[in-house]
Amino acid sequence: MLSKEELIRYNRQIILPDFGIDGQQKLKAASVLVIGAGGLGAPNLLYLAAAGVGHIGIMDFDEVSLSNLHRQVLFNEQSVGKNKAQVAKDKLTELNPNVRLQIYEEPITAQNAMEIIGAYDLVVDGSDNLPTRYLVNDACYFLEKPLVYGAIFRFEGQVSVFNYADENGLRGPNYRDLFPSPPPPDMVPSCSEGGVLGVLPGIIGAMQANEVIKIITGIGTTLSGKLFLYDAQDVSTRTLNIQANPDNPLSGVNPTLTELIDYEAFCSNLVEAIQNEITVQELQELKKADSIHLLDVREDYEYDIANIGGQLIPLNQVVDRVLEIPNDRPVVVMCKSGGRSQNAIDLLKKEGFDNLINLKGGILAWQKEIDHNMDTY
Amino acid sequence: MKIRIVAFGIAKDIIKGKELTMDLDNGNSISAVREQLSSIYPEFSKLSSLRFAVNADYVEDSYELKSGDELVLIPPVSGG
Repeated sequence: MLSKEELIRYNRQIILPDFGIDGQQKLKAASVLVIGAGGLGAPNLLYLAAAGVGHIGIMDFDEVSLSNLHRQVLFNEQSVGKNKAQVAKDKLTELNPNVRLQIYEEPITAQNAMEIIGAYDLVVDGSDNLPTRYLVNDACYFLEKPLVYGAIFRFEGQVSVFNYADENGLRGPNYRDLFPSPPPPDMVPSCSEGGVLGVLPGIIGAMQANEVIKIITGIGTTLSGKLFLYDAQDVSTRTLNIQANPDNPLSGVNPTLTELIDYEAFCSNLVEAIQNEITVQELQELKKADSIHLLDVREDYEYDIANIGGQLIPLNQVVDRVLEIPNDRPVVVMCKSGGRSQNAIDLLKKEGFDNLINLKGGILAWQKEIDHNMDTY
Repeated sequence: MKIRIVAFGIAKDIIKGKELTMDLDNGNSISAVREQLSSIYPEFSKLSSLRFAVNADYVEDSYELKSGDELVLIPPVSGG
């Protein structure tokens, strides 16, 4: 039930067509987790608390710094050096004491994500790095929670709604449909590296808050299945249709991801490994993340004795069969112990491949380190 | 065949601008465009996971472009 104070406080949105007391009560009954209380988190938190979302989780391990203040408008000079989630809670309590606020002064990790996210109806991604974005996406997918995505770079912003169930229960696309695998970190600059216009997260974060309110109240249509792009420099906008990707390792035809993985490794190690070699342990993680192609250059009979599902092209055939080898994603090349696969890489490099990684120790290392039950020879 | 390319995010840095008109030399599929872009701008090969949108829709690598199509390049953006 809404109190008299609440009826007055929210009057201007209660009198909106289609909103009403019913919409206000839905907001009051809802719980939203905001991951990251920075540039995007600030407008999300301010507008969601002001609008009367009943329970808001604020997650940020970081402290306020002076260089945050041009865009993170929840904070002031007295906030510098204090935990962002704690300062945000204090500010929002002053704004609207009707909202129950819970803070998490810790990073979201593969260990805590399922439990924390599981306690909320909906998640807002206001994080500032790719490993967290993949982690939050995957956890929301497993927990069947809608995820309101926003991201910014210099003068540009992106907004979408992932994993949103329509009236028939069909879930919309998720982050991995949009960006199947992460590019090298130097291709994804952060705000501290690439710079950001202060007002940009205000615009993009407010658009996220708008999606949250529509999802909770059922008003209008959402950005599920669409990616909204905004460029503050020329005020151009674009809305693109996202298709479900059949190769999505979470939600595609043959899902290979069934639990959370090591997202730091997923987003970084792979890159350093390129043009080099990886261990069987690293391969195991990459296989789980489905972010590589595996090429086995041993002979047919060896493959029959023991294999880990790679594409089989014996060393003496690789040059004739180059068209069968992908060049648009990393390819891990393996053999029995790592020698022939290096020869294959040398041959393929001459054919123009620059995406090849040698598996150190080959299938023998896999048998020794990962799968002791595998036959050896 | 000529197509128009519009870049977002880091792709703008790579093509040194927001828009580009390109003559397709080696076929009209998205994978052919991907190869051609990588040969002109080697940094594109680092963005192997980049997806392409044509007009308003994301498309697969096998998609065949038509004259007048606008190709949109949207790399991931991580800031928050």
